[in-house]
Formats: sequence, C-alpha cells, structure tokens
Amino acid sequence: MIAELFLSGIVVWLAGAAASLALWRQPAAARRVACGAALAGSLLDLAASSAALFSASPVFIGLPFGNPAFTWAVRLDPLSAFFSVTLAALAAAVSLYSFGYLKGMEGRRNLGAFGFFFNLLLLSVALVFTASNAFFFLVAWEVMALAAYCLVSFEHEKKKARDAGVLFLIMSHAGTGLLLIAFLVLASACGSLDFSSFHLLASRLTPLQQGTVFLLFLFGFGVKAGVVPLHIWIPEAHPVSPSNVSALMSGIVLKTGIYGMARVFFDFYGAPPLWMGTVVLALGVASALLGVLYALMEHDLKRLLAWHSIENIGIILIGFGAALMFRALGQANLAALALIAGLYHTFNHAMFKGLLFMGAGSVVEATHTRNMEKMGGLIRRMPVTALCFLVGAVAISGLPPLNGFVSEWLTYQALLAGFGTTQSLTRLMFPIAGSLLALTAALAAACFVKAFAIPFLALPRSPEAADAREASFTMRAGMAILAVGCVALGLGATWFVPVFDPITQQTLGVRASSALVVAHGWALSPGTAHGGTISLAGMALFFLVAGAAFALPLALRWRRRTVIGPAWDCGLPGLTADNEYTATAFSKPLRMIFSVLYRPRREIQAEYEVSPYYPSAIRFESEIEHPFEKRLYNPLRDRIMAAANRMKGIQAGSINLYLAYIFITLILLLLFGVRG
Amino acid sequence: MERLTENAAQLFLLLVLSPLVTGVIRTLKARLQTRRGPGILQPYRDLQKLFSKGMVIPETASWIFTATPWVVFFSTILAGLMIPMVAAEAPLGLFGGVLAVIYLLGLGRFFLALSGMDSGSSFGGLGSSREMTISALAEPAMMLAIFTVAIGAGSTGLTEIAGAAIGQNWRFLAPSQMFAFAALSLVLIAETGRIPVDNPDTHLELTMIHEAMILEYSGPYLALLEWAASIKQLVLMTLLINCFWPFGLQPTWFGFGAVEGIGWLLGKLLLLSCAIVLLETMNAKMRLFRVPELLAVAFTLGSLALISTFLF
Repeated sequence: MIAELFLSGIVVWLAGAAASLALWRQPAAARRVACGAALAGSLLDLAASSAALFSASPVFIGLPFGNPAFTWAVRLDPLSAFFSVTLAALAAAVSLYSFGYLKGMEGRRNLGAFGFFFNLLLLSVALVFTASNAFFFLVAWEVMALAAYCLVSFEHEKKKARDAGVLFLIMSHAGTGLLLIAFLVLASACGSLDFSSFHLLASRLTPLQQGTVFLLFLFGFGVKAGVVPLHIWIPEAHPVSPSNVSALMSGIVLKTGIYGMARVFFDFYGAPPLWMGTVVLALGVASALLGVLYALMEHDLKRLLAWHSIENIGIILIGFGAALMFRALGQANLAALALIAGLYHTFNHAMFKGLLFMGAGSVVEATHTRNMEKMGGLIRRMPVTALCFLVGAVAISGLPPLNGFVSEWLTYQALLAGFGTTQSLTRLMFPIAGSLLALTAALAAACFVKAFAIPFLALPRSPEAADAREASFTMRAGMAILAVGCVALGLGATWFVPVFDPITQQTLGVRASSALVVAHGWALSPGTAHGGTISLAGMALFFLVAGAAFALPLALRWRRRTVIGPAWDCGLPGLTADNEYTATAFSKPLRMIFSVLYRPRREIQAEYEVSPYYPSAIRFESEIEHPFEKRLYNPLRDRIMAAANRMKGIQAGSINLYLAYIFITLILLLLFGVRG
Repeated sequence: MERLTENAAQLFLLLVLSPLVTGVIRTLKARLQTRRGPGILQPYRDLQKLFSKGMVIPETASWIFTATPWVVFFSTILAGLMIPMVAAEAPLGLFGGVLAVIYLLGLGRFFLALSGMDSGSSFGGLGSSREMTISALAEPAMMLAIFTVAIGAGSTGLTEIAGAAIGQNWRFLAPSQMFAFAALSLVLIAETGRIPVDNPDTHLELTMIHEAMILEYSGPYLALLEWAASIKQLVLMTLLINCFWPFGLQPTWFGFGAVEGIGWLLGKLLLLSCAIVLLETMNAKMRLFRVPELLAVAFTLGSLALISTFLF
C-alpha cells in the first residue's frame, strides 16, 4: 500500500512535469496542471511517508525502470520517511500557494518550463531522501541541483539571477565532487553501493580514512546545507528566485544536506570519535551566530530570510554535533535527545521558513520591491499575510508557545546535560554553545522585530506600499496551513515527539519519547530525572483563559472611552513616513557594537545651495564587509582565473596542435596500460 | 485544587506586591538623594488613576498596539507563576522552568518592541531598537549564569534549583555561585531597565529606552504596561534571590509557614532593593555604547562562574 502510494506520487510529479511542459503555450492551463500535480504528488507522498514512518520495517520499492548494474530502488526507513514527510508537508502548502503566486507571471514568463522544473525539483528531492544506493542518490542529487539551478535563474533576463544560479551550480558541483570521492571510498571498502551495506561501515575504516570520509561528507553536504563558510551562495540564490521556489529552497533543498549528514553521521558511523562531534558543534555555532549577525544588517526582505536559513541550519547542527559527541561518550539517551532536538528543528524550520518566504513573496508581489525601506503599513492592506508572517516571526525567534521554542528548548537541554558527561575540558563547549545559542536567539528576535515592524507596521513608505493589495485566496491558504502547522507543532509537541521514536530506535537503539513526554502528555521533559519540564499547551491554555476572561471584556469596556488621535510628532505638522525609524537605523546600534566584524563603511555627500543648514540633496551610502567573500572566495577565484589564463597558452586554436595533444595522450595511455 | 490555591495566592502576591517594590525603591532613592519622594504607595495611586482614565490610540497604529499590553501583561504573569516565591515549589513549575521564564519575558519584549514601531513615531523605533540590542547582548551572560545554576541542580526547573540550593546548606559562598550571582545581578539591571543602563524616570529623548517604546500609550493600557514592568522587576528580583538565597522558602503554601515565607521574601526583597538603590544613586547613566562593556563584564563573570564549578 505504501509502495503504491509512493509510486503514484512519483508518477503524478513526472506527469505534471511532462504535461506542463507540453502545455507551455497555454499559460493558464500549464499553471493549473503544474500546481495541481505538485499538490497531488505531495499529498500522495505525505500519505506514503507518514505511513512508512510508523511501519515496522523499512519499505523497499523497486522502481520499474533502470539498469541491471544498479538497483534503482527506494527505501523508506524511518529517517528517510521523516525527511519525506517534511518535504511533502511543505511542498503541499507551497504548491497551493503557487496557484495564486504564478498567476501574476502568466503571459510574462514561460510557466510550462516553470512547472516542469518545479515538479522535477519535488520529484528529485523525494528521491534524494529515499534513494537506497549511492549511485541512485547522486543521480537524484544532480537532477535536484539542475532543477534548482533552472528555478533560481528563472528570471534569467536579470544578471543577478544568472550569476546567483551559476554560483549555486559551481558550489553545488564542488560539493558533489567531495561526496563522490567519499562514496567511492565507502564502496571500495565493502564492494557495494547499497546504503544498507554502508550501515556502520565507516567506523570499520582506518582512523585516517574515517576522518577523511567524515570531512568529505561534512563539507560535501555542508555546501548544500549552507554551513559557514560554505554558505555564500544562499544569500545570493534565495532572494533572486521566485518566492515559492525560495520557500522550497530554504525549507527543503537545504535539508537535503542535513539529511545527508544525518544519514552519514548516524547510520554509516557507529560511535564516531569525539572530535567529529566537536567539529560539527563548532560549525553549527559559527553558522548560527554569523547567519543572524549578517541577517540583521539586511534590508532586502528575502536576503534577510536567506541569512536566517544559515542561522537555523546552525541550530540544527548544534543538535547533531551534541548528538555525535554523546554517541562518542556512550550516552545513547542524551544522543537521542540531541538528535530529536536537531530533527525537530529541521521540521520546524521547514514550516516557519516556508511560511516566511511565502509571506515575503506576497509582500514583494504587492509592493514590487524587496527593499523593506520602501514598504510599511502593510498590516492594514494585507491583514492575513501580516498575521501569518507574524506567526512565522514569533516561531523563528524561538518564542513560546510556538514550535521554535520547543526545538530550541530541547537543544538547550541537550547542551545542559552534556556538561556532566565528561571530565575533560571539552565539556566547556556545551555551556559556551548554549550561551551563544541564547545570543543567536535574542538577535533573531531583534531581527524579526525589524523584519515584521518595518514592512507591516506604521505608515507606508512608498506609493506602492500604500496601494498594496492582499494576496489571493490560494496564497493566503498556503500560508495559513503552515501558520497552523507552526502553532500545532508548538502546542502539540508532546504528540509530535513520539514520531522520532523509530528514528532514534534505528540509529541509536533507544526510544526516547516515553521519557520525554511526562504528566499524561501535558509536558515535555529532557528525559533526565527532575530535569525540568515545559508545557506549551498549558501556556496556551493560560493565555486563552486569561484572554477570554479578562482581556476581552475589559478591552470592550475600555473601548468606550477610547479616542483615536494623531501620534506625537514633536509639534511638527503631521507625522509622515519620513519620520519613521528605518530598518537601517534599527540595526545601527548592533552595527556599531559589532563593527569589528562588519567593518562598516559609509559615505555621506551633501550639496548645499545657500547655507550648510539647508542641503539641497544628500546622498548616503553604507555597506558592510563580507569577510568570507573578501578573504576566502575572491582570492580563490582570482587564483583559478590566473591559472586558467596561464593555461590558455596551450590552447592555440590550431587543429594540428590539438591532434598532437590527442596523439601524445594516446601514447601515454598506452605506456600506462603496458606498464600496468 | 491545592495547586489552584497556590497559583491564586502567588498571582495575588505578584499583582499586589509589585507596585510596592517599585514604590519602595523610588522612595528609598529619593531619601538617599535627600528628597522626600512621593511615598511608597504612589505606584498604586498611579495605576488607579490610569485605569480610570480614557485613552488615546494613535491613528497610525494597528491591532498590534492594542494586543501588546495584554500579551506583555499575561506573559509576565505566567513567568511569575513559574518561579518559587514563598513555597519552594513553583506553582506552575510543570509549565516551564527558568528557560521558559526567560523566553516568556522575551515574548513580551518582542511585542513591546513591535508596538513601539507601530505608531510610526521615531521615538518608538528608537526605544525598540535599543531595547532589542541590549536584551540580545544580555542574553549570553544570563544563559551562562543560568547554566551554572542549572548544572548544580541538574535541572532547569526552578523548583529543583531552589530545592538544590536549600539542600546544600546554602552554598552561596562557593565561587561559582558568587560569580553567577554577580553576573545575573548585572543582567537584572539591564533587563529591568535601571541605571546605569536605562533610567526608568526619564522622558529625555536621547536617553530613554523602555519609556520610548511605551510613549504612545495612555490610560488603562499604559497602566497594564507599567504594572507589567513592575511585575517583571519583581519576578526577576525574586528569581535572583530565591536561586541564590533560598533560605526562608517554605515546604508548602499552606499553614502558618506561608506568613513566615512572605516575611522572608519581603526581607530579602528589601535587601536587594537597597542594593539597587545604592547602585542607582552612586552611578550615572551610561552612554548606550558603554552598555556592551558592562554586559561583557557580566559575560566574563558568567564564564568564570562556569569554570569555577569544576575548579573548586
């Protein structure tokens, strides 16, 4: 049954891709077919993978095509099924949203091609999560990269979109190269490409090989996940893609890197050496902190969200890193807690980041700009979008009673418990990671005060913002589904935690939920005795009761003596948008405090006509430095270009010369063959 | 049923005691500055006056503006019910421990900062920006101090933390506890918006933080926000004193012990208030960009606390 559902999902996506390509001359039909197929495929996949998550044994499905040398089979074990559920839940909401979102592109862009790549992307991500051998995995991985590339560069008349696509493609391929080597090392050790034969294999390699394979996987998957310092493509690629694609890219395509790491760290490795966990933990902390610090400086709404993806990947990796360390220290229960924290955050991030990107898409469509400084007051023009965005903002800031708080709380608990697991100085890493996570979360809250208040509150800052129109019904529905998801995953945390039991059982051999869920399903605990509890359902109940019993009646009573009046404008003639605090001004204190990191540069030019008190024009320019681009990638690129320039000499363009090269190569190969 | 009574009792205490603490601090400060001061009951009179007044809501504001006072008030109350005040057991300890308290206060702050920006007046934006900056910088120090305490107790539940502190015969003089106490005290000053970080009595544009965010509020909503600010101050002070000086905490809310417990609580609060008053009177308000240095000191103290947990 699961197999049929899964296969029909695949078939629907394939058919959707083909049909929308065939319908490219009828944009309206292409849009409906593409989004309908994406939605139907997602729902089928959702049904299949959630059933597979709870099935007693992994589900194997041989695909009815392919090559006798490799088994083109998918395997839905708990880990795969969990990521598949994440994909399907997000994709369903995004597909619904796309019905309305793509409508604005009708007639202007080739929706047939869009539908093709969109369905192809969903299909390939689903196969990445479920492929049962390395070869199939890499094929799906590459199809995913190509589909994502085409979608990122979809608005290809813009140079930025093309550049971002190329950057993504280059980095993605560099990462795939590392993965290829790593898989080949594993395959040569066991003589098979099947993931099932890789199980615990990596731990049987020599220590040097173990370390190398680990780093290859970490960086290979890290490129896709956007781990610092491999993150530079994310803030370029997310903002330029259409917003439904950004939602998918950030929500689930980055998670393929996380899936890969989970698969390798917890399936291929048994008990890894301690240093591996510390490396992952340190990278996680660095990504989380740098991600949020750069997000704070953005006033491009979508770029800001892109930086937050890096931050959240960091938080996920803090959980994974702690889990690896606990495994090395032989603490299976704590490892389960940390792994659950990481995976929970993975799912949460898919929900709220998908929601936020869709909200940003609605706003960008309504105001025709990504620049927050030109928005404002949208809460009145777009009330539903504003509410959904607010839910996402509260969730991503990790505030109770929404889902972000649950996963961050679990992460804190894992880090806290980690301190007692070892006597070495390594244990200091746990509380330091915890305090930096606290800094990250607080900065994220500051950033989302800005990201919500500047576009949505106060007065419109441009005529476009003043005339903004609310998003269409399907777009609102898509956002509302994820907003409800964010609330449900927060309040229903105790019902959601048992979902991880099969995964921890499979990877760590423990089932944690019975220890984590206490007080008859009302509260969550870290699983240690007297470890402290939280009950988000309880908190929500408190707010609900207090709100209904006091806030509502009193607010109604006070309304009778309320006057609507102008805000204080210092006696000037009326408040205008020019008086408002800007996004740049909002983050100015942090820009000054962290100026060592940002190295801000600003330039002010004023022109005067009569006296210096009355400037006729002021030009203000401000920018911050991005150290990884400047110090790592740009020199690297320059080296490569210089080397390519030097090698240009051997390409003289003469056919005789090329024939000579071929001849020399043949001779060398022959010699090599004879000697071998 | 017992639990409900405990909650009601603590709720009553939070609501009634919090303006008193504010009043005592103001009066003590006035006396130290050789002024007479308005009297310790003035905050009650202020609240009463504000609640009976009408209010003006800016025409530029949205529903966020009217929702915020409630969110701030209720989240602060909820946080207050999660800490042990009189009995060693926190009435709503099941709903969350010290992390939940911090994040609930964070929820209130998030909405307060939003409402500051909601009216479109630049003062609000100024206040929100500064508030979010300072609270973000205070967070790592606070978390280190809390980790130190929580590691000692093996729990983030405040009932367990207070219990552990009682059980160890008052280990306050242990270096780790002293450092954590010092770090948390500095954070408390920043979080409650007191001198030298913020001045709760000022309405000078250049210096105000919390007052700037609530500048557009009037009448009952202003009363709610002022009350919530008092409760938040009481909650954080109680958190500090009951984590580090847990003596006098009673096994239960019921019986004569409760009176004794309330007496202890009042005594400890008075002591801490005196310390705050001394600090406020002896220091001038810092420039905004000196505050990170103060919080860096707190962070260093927090790190020292943590390191000394296994050195000593």
